[in-house]
Amino acid sequence: MSSPARAQFDSIIVGGGHNGLVCATYLAREGRSVLLLEAAERLGGAAVTREFAPGFKVSACAHLLHLMPATLMRELGLAAHGLKFAAEGLPTVALSADGRHLAYAPGDFAALQQRSGADATALRDWQAQLRRFSRALHPVLSATPPRLGTDAWRDRAALLGLGWRLRRLGRRDLRELLRIGGMCVHDLLEDRFSTPLLKGALALDAVLGTNYGPRSPGTVLSLLYRVAASQGADALALPQGGLGAVSEALAGAARAAGAQLRTGAPVTRILVRGDRAAGVVLASGEEILAGNVISSADPKTTFLGLLGSEHLDAGFVRRVAQVRSRGLSAKLHLALERLPQFAGLGEQALRGRLLVAPSADYIERAYNHAKYNEFSSAPMLEITIPTLADPALAPAGKHVMSVIVQYAPYSVAGGWPAQRQAFTERVIDTIQAHAPALRDCIQGSELLTPPDIEREFRITGGHWHHAELALDQLLMVRPVPGAAQYQTPVPGLFLCGAGCHPGGGVMGLAGRNAARQVIREAA
Amino acid sequence: MLTESEPHYRQPLLKTPFHERSRALSQLDSFVPWAGYTTVDVFTSVEQEYFAIRNASSLYDLTPMVKYRVSGADALRFLNRLVTRDVRRLAPGKVAYALWCNDAGQLIDDGTVFCLGPNEYRVCTGERQLDWFSASAIGFDVEICEVTEEVAALAVQGPTSCKLLKAIGLTGVERLKPFEHGEFSMPRGASAAAMMVSRTGFTGDLGYELWMQPADAEAVWDALMAVGSTRGVRPVGSRALNMARIEAGFILPNLDFVSAAHTLYVGTERSPLELGLAWLVDFKKGHFTGRRALLAEQQRGPRRQLVGLDVEGTKPALNALLYTGRSGKTEAGSVTSAIWSPTCKRNLALAMLEAPFIAPGSTVWAEIYLNRELVWERRMVRARVVERPFFAPARRRATPPADF
Repeated sequence: MSSPARAQFDSIIVGGGHNGLVCATYLAREGRSVLLLEAAERLGGAAVTREFAPGFKVSACAHLLHLMPATLMRELGLAAHGLKFAAEGLPTVALSADGRHLAYAPGDFAALQQRSGADATALRDWQAQLRRFSRALHPVLSATPPRLGTDAWRDRAALLGLGWRLRRLGRRDLRELLRIGGMCVHDLLEDRFSTPLLKGALALDAVLGTNYGPRSPGTVLSLLYRVAASQGADALALPQGGLGAVSEALAGAARAAGAQLRTGAPVTRILVRGDRAAGVVLASGEEILAGNVISSADPKTTFLGLLGSEHLDAGFVRRVAQVRSRGLSAKLHLALERLPQFAGLGEQALRGRLLVAPSADYIERAYNHAKYNEFSSAPMLEITIPTLADPALAPAGKHVMSVIVQYAPYSVAGGWPAQRQAFTERVIDTIQAHAPALRDCIQGSELLTPPDIEREFRITGGHWHHAELALDQLLMVRPVPGAAQYQTPVPGLFLCGAGCHPGGGVMGLAGRNAARQVIREAA
Repeated sequence: MLTESEPHYRQPLLKTPFHERSRALSQLDSFVPWAGYTTVDVFTSVEQEYFAIRNASSLYDLTPMVKYRVSGADALRFLNRLVTRDVRRLAPGKVAYALWCNDAGQLIDDGTVFCLGPNEYRVCTGERQLDWFSASAIGFDVEICEVTEEVAALAVQGPTSCKLLKAIGLTGVERLKPFEHGEFSMPRGASAAAMMVSRTGFTGDLGYELWMQPADAEAVWDALMAVGSTRGVRPVGSRALNMARIEAGFILPNLDFVSAAHTLYVGTERSPLELGLAWLVDFKKGHFTGRRALLAEQQRGPRRQLVGLDVEGTKPALNALLYTGRSGKTEAGSVTSAIWSPTCKRNLALAMLEAPFIAPGSTVWAEIYLNRELVWERRMVRARVVERPFFAPARRRATPPADF
């Protein structure tokens, strides 16, 4: 059954987040005609910079760029498309209640050295080992995950390649990787470090954006993932103009490659004709036909919302419905009249990211609440004040504080409408413990809970990664078996979003891997 | 049904609303569990009961049949995506035999779908399916509710079955065509009972199934036994029914196939195409669970298939391995069900055969073990692939049925 109407495009990409844009660029560069459809009025998905109080702008979700590999940015020519960094190699400052904060940056362990020489050495060794691990693992992230139990040479080659790279780590590193791979980060940190403040900061990196506490299994894996994605650099950068600037540069690259980008065009349905994805229907009723459809929306939205169960097998639908996709991170934005003083920190130190995670146990206690649908009474925070490096985000002399807060359960007891004020106050109190005059500086605020993120960015469950990064939802089983190689059970329908391998955060690899798979399929 | 007096752990098997009547007539006290109920295996003798099915009338308690009410705005869409055949053409008052498969196109179970009204269905099946039905319901506006205990079911099968139903006052029942159902009532004063009657069954013969309130069950049973006393009616157990269903060529889970929801070993699940039920798979109706896998299987061609066998001799080829030659060197498959058929006077079997031997007329060799007063003998006998059903009398479709 072929449709009488001719396809207007080779590919339609649903969703103009960073993965959709990356995918569009790679396909257009191969000479494919590509139409990208974004529901919102602006491109970028969750990687946007937007006004949250009159004159104050902020990166709506992620507020630092650290996962996108340098090679990908070079390939896309993001610098040529206007991406500049207001600050790079940001230091991390772990805040301490007693004012003895701990600052460190990649390669800079001077402050730590003063506090604990052993920990400084241990951190240097650990980061060097992480870089070696990430060299072995990064190629896995930038390729379609192999299928298991097939005879295809591509799958076998991928598995052999991984085996070979792991073997090349050498006996000592390989043994350590296998030892720690399934561990919880708490145990790893206990093994290697003694300073609670340092352990808190490192544990935060492992659990940020996940549904886990430091004692949850698999948290070393999420840390390895974070480091492997950035090719071991894990260097924090602040794009000039916020994360939205990354999306703008990505959009520039896509347009330059020849892709058509349409905003304000929400897709309501993926058309299936003759058991093949044949196009999309927009909210306006407009039908657009294409050779294939590539969705950067989360798996539940794609399969259960846009496509519909009736085109899929029941077992597959059940697996999709069971994907763990509820976010546990909230975002608090504060519009500040003036820069608040932090006890024991100069203005220079405030340019880094500030962490409220004084120990791994502090984070675990914060996590306890989330298990019972409460928000953390003493939350873990990652704070940036982007206006110090990028003053244009706020009116002259004023500042923006951007805070990632954990843990904020998707469904909180009592409901978010009743709890959001109390939660906002709790977060402000937590920061105020370090910056006593904070409340007097606040001119406006915005809290994005997981349900807010779900609504604004159309991510089912409001999870940054679309689907939890956990062993049972990684690699060849991400998001679910049967859709883990960017293909789906419906011919002509592909996935390219964060719900695919290798996952979310502003990384872009899912988009690139998917584009390559589409090219292979349709060649 | 659970009774108040006894806690559930003291009665692990439920009793059907016909249980007291069955127990009174059970001479052998031979009961077996079925879907959580205790049911009769044999009342008196298997052969006597079998001949009641074929030559007179039989009553078979099928209350344990698991029954689901499926309703809601998407009930039809849900069912059409669940089963392999097209149920869009199933009008109210009709029944369809249907199969459902897993994603890999392997059979989970079969059952009957009753269309009770627009988007109102009842699905009857041998085993519980709530888990799979619930998974299949994701994305559909449909309510699935098990009503097994709310409906007592009795099969009345055999050449005089229609007469029996007329005799208890179910006026107009003779107008029901095969796979039709309707509402009828038994008028008899104090024991009046309304019920749904469907012209369905598992015997391949003229027969009906009665679906009623549990409270009416004994009155209906008593009425049927009373009018049937002069017409050879007998209650029958599962063993006699099994003989009839093999003659009719029907398959049973755990005998002819194992549900793909239960198989543990790789490769022991079976697809509808392998079970010879391709006529129940409609590739043109749109998507259904397992369609893509079945389409691929159809294009690849069958690896094996369930076939009917006519076996030499009179000894049933129970559990026999089948070989390509008399020497028994190369296996060709195995028997799943076998009987000596008293009506066909043939030694019948259902067997799963490898693809090269499935064409009607091809011959394989069955290895049969005989126990002659504890002296075991092994025989290799010829078995010929034949068309199913083995027994299909004209009376099974005649409307109205003959009056006795």
